[in-house]
Amino acid sequence: MMEILLLVEAKEGYLDKTTLELIRGGSDLAKDLGIGTSAVVVGDETSRLADSVASYGLKKIYKLEHPLLKGFQPEAWVEALEWLCRQITPGIFLISHSFVGKEVAPRLAYRLNTELTTDCLNLNIDPQDGLLIRTKPIYGGNAIALLKCAGLPQMVTVRKNCFGPMEKVTTQSDLVTMVPALDESLIKVKSLKTVKEEVVELDKANMVIAGGRGIVSKEDFEMLGALAQVMSTSQGKVMIGCSRPVVDKCWLSSDRQVGLTGSIIAPETYMAVGISGAIQHLVGMIRSKRIIAINTDPGCNMFKVADVGVVEDYKALIPALIKKLEELA
Amino acid sequence: MKEINSIVCAKQIPDPEVPFSNVSVDREKKEVIVDAPNVISPYDENALEAAIRIKEELGGKITVLSLGRKVSDTVLRKTIAAGADALILIEDPGFERLNSNSVAYVLSRAIQKIGAYDLILTGRQAGDWDSGQVGLILAEWLGIPAISLARSIKIKGDRVLVEKTVPVGYEVVEAGLPALITVSNEVGELRYVSRSKMMGLLKRPTPIPKWGSKDLVDNLERLNKIQLVELSTPPDMRRECLIIEGASPEEKADKLAAFFKEITK
Repeated sequence: MMEILLLVEAKEGYLDKTTLELIRGGSDLAKDLGIGTSAVVVGDETSRLADSVASYGLKKIYKLEHPLLKGFQPEAWVEALEWLCRQITPGIFLISHSFVGKEVAPRLAYRLNTELTTDCLNLNIDPQDGLLIRTKPIYGGNAIALLKCAGLPQMVTVRKNCFGPMEKVTTQSDLVTMVPALDESLIKVKSLKTVKEEVVELDKANMVIAGGRGIVSKEDFEMLGALAQVMSTSQGKVMIGCSRPVVDKCWLSSDRQVGLTGSIIAPETYMAVGISGAIQHLVGMIRSKRIIAINTDPGCNMFKVADVGVVEDYKALIPALIKKLEELA
Repeated sequence: MKEINSIVCAKQIPDPEVPFSNVSVDREKKEVIVDAPNVISPYDENALEAAIRIKEELGGKITVLSLGRKVSDTVLRKTIAAGADALILIEDPGFERLNSNSVAYVLSRAIQKIGAYDLILTGRQAGDWDSGQVGLILAEWLGIPAISLARSIKIKGDRVLVEKTVPVGYEVVEAGLPALITVSNEVGELRYVSRSKMMGLLKRPTPIPKWGSKDLVDNLERLNKIQLVELSTPPDMRRECLIIEGASPEEKADKLAAFFKEITK
């Protein structure tokens, strides 16, 4: 019987939580199908990561090892994973909709002559034909598509936070080392250097103050920064975010972008300043506990999803708000 | 310096910036209905901007390739107004609702028909389905290196240097030409096209060449369509919004400050 395979990912060297979510998703499907779930760990040396994933009820853990798999070089990873899939022919292959997943999954699907669905929210098995039914949000989440595809393995990437993380079990998975034959000549894209930048993790904020297309100058983000400063005395960790047009103008870096292609967050408080509420932005913040909208256009979308709204020019409102909050503090 | 010939793949989609109230679902026909004008998918506009900057520096030709049902010529002609040299529309009833693999295949056939090129640029993903597959699969069909999520592109002789966004910051990578690059919005927005320039172009419209299945595909049966089992609407996102009223910005600010005071009690 064919097994379910999933790709293990690390974050800063440690097992990423999204992998535990994939294990949960995979195990649920495996139960329906009466088959086992296994995982693959990729790298030049995979023991530590393989051990850390060995106590979550997986049948096997494939340690896919080769010197060229050090770090993350997409071409080498795709070649190695293609080789592994040809060896073990999984029925289903689950990958996180992460940076690595987005790089690897489309190319791998092409190589294996199968069809991939990206960014799935849920997975089910069609009892008629045993194929995977893939739930994918389209049009910025304004429509939900259920899709089916031919081809093996059945391949998807899964959005984070859609499955609860798997808990530890007492049994240990079998570790199987697999060594693909890779030649350096397969690498056409050479990595020259990686430059670390200070990356803002908006999902760590208690409150996010985000500016959008309505913000008229880059300098006005300093005004939002001053508001964040004042807010932080009562609201905890306050960070500055933005919608996509602000990144397009190169005013803020993309780690501050909230939305489908930025961060998908759910802070206690989300304050949207000059954001009309394009559909792809709303996906990123709609699960916030409390939403406050400031906009000059009373008809804009953001007021429809907000709990509290102020129809006002932010240039007049924000300085007055900062002043008042300082008085109250 | 060598001139660079680029091909930019640009998809027409309903404006993704529209309010969600303009989007509805026809469950029977399994169609999403968007009450909005068509635009070029935003990340494809970023890709075009990247191509224009390379052309400004090194010269060469930009060809825009657009697969999809033509809704409006004007939308596509904006690419010419911005700086592209040629525009080709790929349109055929047999090309509707294709899956990513087949879209990439049809594009690869069109690119082979165009002939010599140095760079293929696409947006990182389209603003309607957000699948992010076609670019990378297109490179596979063409057998050329692919680099995704570019935020800056520089040509150095017969190689391309790309800064790509990665989770910890950015990575500088290099590949030989020809190569395919998927472009992210950090590249910058497409330059402004003035109304008068657009009107001037529309007054003397040059015909847009159209390629169909007979030009590109020997056998339509090798193409695969999306298999949509069901289409539905998500749970309602609307909340009851309390609008803070006031005669002046100060009065509104006072009330908003009081609200914050209240929630942190």
